[in-house]
Amino acid sequence: MSSLASSSEVTSVGAAAASPLLRIRNVAKSFGRSAVLRDISLDVAEGEFLTILGESGSGKTTLLRIIAGFERATAGEVWMAGERLDSLPPYMRRVNTVFQNYALFPHLTVEQNVSYGLRVARRPESEILSRVEQALARVRMTAHAKAKPSKISGGQQQRIALARALVNRPQLLLLDEPLSALDANLRRQMQVELKSLQREVGISFVFVTHDQEEAMVMSDRIALLRMGELEQVATPQEVYRRPATAYTAQFIGHTNLLRGEVRGGIVLCGTLSWKAHLPDGPALFSLRPENIRIIASATPATDGSVRVRGQVRHQAFHGATELLQVECADGLVFSVRTATRPDTQSALELDFQPADAILVRESADRS
Amino acid sequence: MFSRAYRAVVTVPPLMWVTVFLLVPYLLMFCYSFWSVSASQAIIHSWNFENYRQLLTIDVYWRTLLRSMWIAARVMLFSLLLGYPLAYFLSFHAGARKDLFYQLVIIPLWVSYLVRAYAWKTILGSDGVLNTLLQYVHATKHPLDFLLYSPFAVVLTLTHIYTPFTFLPIYASLEHIPRNLIEASHDLGASPLQTFWRVIFPLSIPGVVAGATFAFVLSLGDFLAPLLLGGPSGIMISNIVVSLFGAAYDWPLGAAISLCMLVLVVSLLFVSERLEKKWSFS
Repeated sequence: MSSLASSSEVTSVGAAAASPLLRIRNVAKSFGRSAVLRDISLDVAEGEFLTILGESGSGKTTLLRIIAGFERATAGEVWMAGERLDSLPPYMRRVNTVFQNYALFPHLTVEQNVSYGLRVARRPESEILSRVEQALARVRMTAHAKAKPSKISGGQQQRIALARALVNRPQLLLLDEPLSALDANLRRQMQVELKSLQREVGISFVFVTHDQEEAMVMSDRIALLRMGELEQVATPQEVYRRPATAYTAQFIGHTNLLRGEVRGGIVLCGTLSWKAHLPDGPALFSLRPENIRIIASATPATDGSVRVRGQVRHQAFHGATELLQVECADGLVFSVRTATRPDTQSALELDFQPADAILVRESADRS
Repeated sequence: MFSRAYRAVVTVPPLMWVTVFLLVPYLLMFCYSFWSVSASQAIIHSWNFENYRQLLTIDVYWRTLLRSMWIAARVMLFSLLLGYPLAYFLSFHAGARKDLFYQLVIIPLWVSYLVRAYAWKTILGSDGVLNTLLQYVHATKHPLDFLLYSPFAVVLTLTHIYTPFTFLPIYASLEHIPRNLIEASHDLGASPLQTFWRVIFPLSIPGVVAGATFAFVLSLGDFLAPLLLGGPSGIMISNIVVSLFGAAYDWPLGAAISLCMLVLVVSLLFVSERLEKKWSFS
């Protein structure tokens, strides 16, 4: 622990640009006997949009509150720009938070809410005025400057909460499920707005959500948290295309989990088999529904592809695509995504490439 | 929506009560205050402003009223000074013992007011607990006589009795402050002291106003504490009203003073309600 601390202090001076803005090292948190976070290590780069994604109870909000300073970690360290962060009280940290239900001060006007941080920092009046004006213009709320928070809509309150945080020019902005209170349309609109705002100001965002779609749309990287432990930290594309664990594969998008056995470079999965350079033993594969094709039974199999016959049991219309449940021999059921609605009466031929079956780790049972 | 009979059953008894025990007495008092009393102590039913003239010209009346207001103002101030920090501590720092502390504040309210006033008499008297202790530690040679039968004793006793009344609304308003507002304030760089003055205190103003009103209005009309502990210099306006209605048998003058008090208190309540409304955001 101490050697890590001293080495970071040394490197921070020379290599500040190269080193990440925020470094979370081996952070753990327990409330009484229940461990909420276990051994979390995570970096956030300068200007990065990182999403902490997880179900309720995964510990994502607790992790955010540790970074903000509202909770103390039971173990581990948090560093920001070469400075130990977790020993500072929240009001000494160059971190600002957008709260889940905005937490706007009800007795202050929109303008007074936004200027709050600058006033407590005793900035000169002229600077406060110009920065508040800028911040309000940026979120298009200038017209409501004199209104009380109770008089504006949820989406507008959301924007004010954002302006109130950003006006202080923090090094890091934390967002605790800021869009969850908005209805679906407004939420999609705010996702786009928030992302472009982040690009514009260039501040690192740590965004907490339980919504995997939101995470995919907005993030540079996703940190998937499950029951207090990090499951995978990677770009949205990587998390989707190369999920590390069965949990990741299932939580992000739809997938088919195939449980098989590798013997001598051949994967055996029920009646299916394909070649793979893997060590012998049990193996678990994730196969995305859109990587399975339905083909005419007459066409011969292309080289190396895997084929299986099945019967459609269920289908759901998703707009651009259909999601089919196809039952094959020995009870194996595949989710298949197609653009066209097939004839569901007769048997179908399914086909996929072995390369699309991604080897995933079994997710540890921590319950 | 409800039947006529049901509405009659729920509204008539309380209306009767209010009429018989509040409206009629007030009306009678109003009438009495414009009547006068003859030498043979009979009520003369002729309308005049004589009582109100006396009230303004005889200085014992308005002086006592002013003194009562001054005593009530001090009780209000001290109750706030004691009640606010107590409520603040309980609401923000008492943790798991919150309920216990809360009960400890409430329990004195179960004890009769009279008993608590008498308790102060035994504490403050010249042979009382406090004087005995002071002489024992040689802080004073002779018993301090300003302790009892003085405005000091009245203010002390009333503060003791009405502090829980001040505490309760303040505590309620502090409990109503969403805790994430305090986190938001810290998050925006405000120290605990700045957070108190900029967020917590403004949001607790409705409670402070309600608590201050309780302490002031209840003290202003108090008559037992001055009677038991006030002595000649600690007499309050209610004592005068009592003696006018009783020994002096001057009901018209007593009614005039009561009516003035009533107008004063009602306008105070009006102002206090306006203030509370202005400062509440929910």
